[in-house]
Amino acid sequence: MITSRDDVWQKADVIAVNDVADRIRRIVLRPELPRPALPGEHIDVLATVNGEQQVRSYSVVEAPENGGHLVITVFRTPDSRGGSEFMHSLEQGQVLRITKPLQNFPLRVGAPYYVLLAGGIGITAIAGMAALLRRLGAHYRLVYVARSRAAMAYLDDLAAVHGDRFEAHIDDEGGSLDVQALVAGVPAHTELYMCGPIRLMDAVRRTWADRGLDRTSLRYETFGNSGWFDAEPFVVRIPRLGVEAAVGSGESMLEALEREGVDMMSDCRKGECGLCQVKVLSLAGRIDHRDVFYSDRQKASDSSMCCCVSRAVAAAPPTTSGERPAVLTIEVP
Amino acid sequence: MTTSMTTSTTTSTTNSTTAKLLSYPLDAWYPTAWDHEITSKGIISRTIAGRPLALYRTQDGHPVALADACWHRLAPLSQGKLVGRDEIQCPYHGLRYNAAGRCTAMPAQETLNPSATVASYPVSERYRYVWVWLGDPTLADPALLPDMHQLESDEWAGDGETIHAPCNYQLVLDNLMDLTHEEFVHSSSIGQEELSESEFEVTHDENTVTVTRWMRNIDAPPFWLKNMRDKFPGFEGKVDRWQIIHYTFPSTICIDVGVAEAGTGAPGGDRSRGVNGYVMNTISPETDRSCHYFWAFMRNYRLESQLITTQLRNGVHGVFGEDEAMLQAQQAAIDANPDHEFYNLNIDMGGMWVRRLLERALEAEGRSIAAPAPAASSKA
Repeated sequence: MITSRDDVWQKADVIAVNDVADRIRRIVLRPELPRPALPGEHIDVLATVNGEQQVRSYSVVEAPENGGHLVITVFRTPDSRGGSEFMHSLEQGQVLRITKPLQNFPLRVGAPYYVLLAGGIGITAIAGMAALLRRLGAHYRLVYVARSRAAMAYLDDLAAVHGDRFEAHIDDEGGSLDVQALVAGVPAHTELYMCGPIRLMDAVRRTWADRGLDRTSLRYETFGNSGWFDAEPFVVRIPRLGVEAAVGSGESMLEALEREGVDMMSDCRKGECGLCQVKVLSLAGRIDHRDVFYSDRQKASDSSMCCCVSRAVAAAPPTTSGERPAVLTIEVP
Repeated sequence: MTTSMTTSTTTSTTNSTTAKLLSYPLDAWYPTAWDHEITSKGIISRTIAGRPLALYRTQDGHPVALADACWHRLAPLSQGKLVGRDEIQCPYHGLRYNAAGRCTAMPAQETLNPSATVASYPVSERYRYVWVWLGDPTLADPALLPDMHQLESDEWAGDGETIHAPCNYQLVLDNLMDLTHEEFVHSSSIGQEELSESEFEVTHDENTVTVTRWMRNIDAPPFWLKNMRDKFPGFEGKVDRWQIIHYTFPSTICIDVGVAEAGTGAPGGDRSRGVNGYVMNTISPETDRSCHYFWAFMRNYRLESQLITTQLRNGVHGVFGEDEAMLQAQQAAIDANPDHEFYNLNIDMGGMWVRRLLERALEAEGRSIAAPAPAASSKA
């Protein structure tokens, strides 16, 4: 149950691929070194993006045969940094480099009540937890939220397995989730585990805090790849170093600065540790804070940002094709 | 210290009948401490099955076992302090954790890193011990605790101590499963030649092993003569002596021992003309080459006498000190002779069944059976 970052790399054969929802593909891997996977665990994968090897993380949806097979499920993101495109290009028989299952999102056994909340592809981190809690006979609710039915992987299976503990909220069928009601309805000492887009998670975090619930009982995992706004290109400048970089919509600001040769410090690259924070000197546009390192108060000030996940966007939604990109002027350590 | 990672990556074809030192299952309850050792006043550090633990008690009295390494830089939490309501504060940078192992405060930031946790292991308090489950927490069923009811029963009195034994835990199990050694190791107290002359019976099931030995119409050795005279002042004459060794997976051995006036029916179940004790032993591996050996001696006569309780505890303390010296010497000889194997004898039958049960449990966990040889261990 302890968190683990022991990234021993191994080979894994791709033994099956199939689509399980719109733009969502299930990939079955056979790792060289089988090991059982616990709920909440993910694997890191070496993805080939623009000819380079880059690390991407995917939750283990299930691990049959005691980890002899690992199932991951990948959403092909519209503004992908390239990882999901690569994963969708995989075919049976190919060989990948992966880590053993790593734990950053452990499910604690023994809570009196659980709520599991998945938004969209976030179901990949949550499905295994639901299966375990069902096996243990725990008190749990599984809440699955998405824009449309076509975008929901494993919907029918989860409904069949979890019965009346399962509820789906589908925006385009008029069933949007009422976050206030969800949080208001949890019994004392409930632990809520969630994975999904930042708007959903922020709404839950705020409501949880407003109600004075124990903040350590709100558990979440973020890979920092969903923001308040769609990713768009922007410009970042560092006057002291004479650097100006164009950040493409498919890359992070950290990656762009590294590409320009700026000596950047970073670690988690998912908006948790704060090591990549930079000072914002001036801003034309607005910052899309995608991290969980800053408090709301700090985010509102826009005085600094975590450049591994957070981005800049133009101040107003682009109405004409002539909209100028956002420009960030920063100082780095 | 050798971690389980080292153990699990050791490739070995050794089986339990040839492994001198066994690895330890993790899907099992192990005693961490006597109940009185764990308090809400401070934190104690103890390594169980290769996992350093920080042990304390909540203000409501529930024992807590956290991994003794801060999430941040692995500083031992046991060197920190208890703060707030049931929280533990890292001695290095002040990160705080609650009893569930969740970080509740981080320095220099207004939020908490969502992955900041330390393991909080399932614990159970029973039979005067606090037990911990280090393996898959979903399997931690308190119904799997071994039966040591004599430690909590109104019908039994006694007390015990802890030995920090400098040997692999399996050597202690071997020692307790075969008591012929009493003749040689404990010659002045409980040893007598009939021990190695008498026959014994062994039975087992999936979880237990029992070794039964009766010695009929013999002289009582000094320890037992004293006990008989505590209950029957002035007792003289021959006795029937019994030793019924009850092992329960993974490492609890409760030994039903006693003597009764010879020919009064003790082998048939009438122990009324005798004295009966239970030697309660439960052992936690610490590392591959050390263990915590918790023992107590319980009796079912003269329950009111603290004098007898103290005399028995001190007497057994002396006897077990002789075992400890032998176990330490044996471990040193094993490490000094890595190429020499164990040979097995008839008297090892009980211990061999214990090894078989442990081997099966280790296989079920996908772990190697043998503890690493000294060269593979990072232990000094």
